[in-house]
Amino acid sequence: MSRIEAEVGKPQGGLIKWIDDRFPLTSTLKYHVTEYYASKNFNWWFVFGVLAMVVLVIQLVTGIFLTMNYKPAAAEAFASVEYIMRDVEWGWLIRYMHSTGASFFFIVVYLHMFRAMLYGSYKKPRELIWLIGMLIFFVLMAEGFAGYLLPWGQMSYWGAQVIISLFGAIPVVGDALVEIIRGDYSISDITLNRFFALHVIVLPLALIGLIFVHIVALHEVGSNNPDGIDIKKHKDESGKPLDGVAFHPYHTSKDLVGIIVFLMIFSAVVFFAPDMGGMFLEHANFEPANMTATPEHIAPVWYYTPYYAILRAVPDKLWGFILFAMAVVLPVFLPWLDRCRVRSIRYRGWMYKTALTVFVITFVMLGWLGLQAATPLYVMLARVFSVLYFAFFLLMPFYTAMDKTKPEPDRVVYHD
Amino acid sequence: MTEDDLDRNRRHFLTVATLATGAIGAGMVAIPFLSSLKPSARAQALGAPVEVPLGSMQPGELVRVLWRGRLVFVLRRTEEMLANLATVVDELRDPDSEVLEQQPDYAANDTRSVRPEYLVVEGSCTHLGCAPLEDFEVRPAEGWGGGFFCPCHGSKFDLAGRVFKGVPAPTNLRVPPHRFVRDDLILIGQDTGAA
Repeated sequence: MSRIEAEVGKPQGGLIKWIDDRFPLTSTLKYHVTEYYASKNFNWWFVFGVLAMVVLVIQLVTGIFLTMNYKPAAAEAFASVEYIMRDVEWGWLIRYMHSTGASFFFIVVYLHMFRAMLYGSYKKPRELIWLIGMLIFFVLMAEGFAGYLLPWGQMSYWGAQVIISLFGAIPVVGDALVEIIRGDYSISDITLNRFFALHVIVLPLALIGLIFVHIVALHEVGSNNPDGIDIKKHKDESGKPLDGVAFHPYHTSKDLVGIIVFLMIFSAVVFFAPDMGGMFLEHANFEPANMTATPEHIAPVWYYTPYYAILRAVPDKLWGFILFAMAVVLPVFLPWLDRCRVRSIRYRGWMYKTALTVFVITFVMLGWLGLQAATPLYVMLARVFSVLYFAFFLLMPFYTAMDKTKPEPDRVVYHD
Repeated sequence: MTEDDLDRNRRHFLTVATLATGAIGAGMVAIPFLSSLKPSARAQALGAPVEVPLGSMQPGELVRVLWRGRLVFVLRRTEEMLANLATVVDELRDPDSEVLEQQPDYAANDTRSVRPEYLVVEGSCTHLGCAPLEDFEVRPAEGWGGGFFCPCHGSKFDLAGRVFKGVPAPTNLRVPPHRFVRDDLILIGQDTGAA
């Protein structure tokens, strides 16, 4: 009977089998989800990768819906955003989700990166994951910057004016580069149009592609853990790491709790403080762009201010640009700057712990200073913290090599 | 915990409850997104009723107006035109306006109008939406008592917007909601409430 069916070409084993014969569906799901083993002692620091994916989805969905009513033209952009806020049904919610999502994207990504610094996730064999991650961070910065021009408010315009002018500091090609970025002799309708193209097509596509390879690279070498040790050293007879549990259903259920808590905080901001007192949506941006008057106090959105403070601390245009660019790029080299034998902060000595603590304070202080007006006192403070910022990275080969480490455990430490 | 300690009923309940709650939440979140695709307040304002003054209209004159971006014909029919309506009834697909959604109740009559003198129909062929042309010349030899002719695919309608047999258009021209505010003023797009 079954032979006859086989001969006449009837499907055997159902739809999944039919697909599996033509596409690696089950094997891919096993490899990346149901049989991807990550350490069972993950703490909450390990939730931010998944949260970044959640924010990405929020941004993509709300962004698509915004483009349905937004007009990327200097004459209409500001009014079309107001139109979304007032006339489109639920338009205010979709726009506030998108603007709040931008800030939360950076909060989540900064914490995700900090997790890597806590537990040495960038160290061998995960250097490439870190490099791809840094690329994602750069694209995200460009994405946020391009997006901020789109409402065509005062801050959109003058913020873009300042940042684009930065590239003019580059010797020889600077001015030509600025003209190519703007597509005009000033920031204009043409600039807005191309920033729109970058914001909705080029950069999101790059982001999705990079995130895909980020995860493929992660699953190739396996996730790090709070002990920073290799869980693949101890496997059972079937080859499954003794200290690992399957991503699904174990880590997914735990992540779900994190996602729900995240969404509660996210919703609270969307509904009760969408402008976050001028931090997420700057007040000057509620005025349409005016080419003849710069707002009295101009600062980028909070997620760029640590770097902006470094830029402002340097009294020279070219050197300001160079140090600004270095501040952004330096973390790329972490895997090679860090000479410590162990990965996790749990087994590192006092030097790295001190350095990391100072670095966190430095980063937060620079961020705060970047939001303030440039008074002489604040500029002085910004210089002190800029030095500390660079010292953290440039002295790292020395203090991580000298640091006294504790012995790493053989198996992960957890409490049941 | 061993496999034997598992309370499978409890686990099943929790799984289903979680999934159901999640599905309800996802459904609720979908509402704002789908609602945002509906005509916005601006589109609704632009779709407000339009007034058509009748004071200067001559008998036999056709006026074209836009309501919600849609073409609407207002025709002041002569006595002769009204008399011709009865002569073509046998040639029509739906002479008695039995397809209800093609007109409000108050226009489901022989002349498809509130007041026989004035015909108000959408100038959109019920076949594929082209704008029909007027052809008011009476040619008894062709069985034509005057009406509308669609240039796209040849559909024909009489002077009450009723479709002829044997043409691609399936139904009569649609009568939009409308009412007489005064004897010399029609409001198109609204048939209740004060003007």
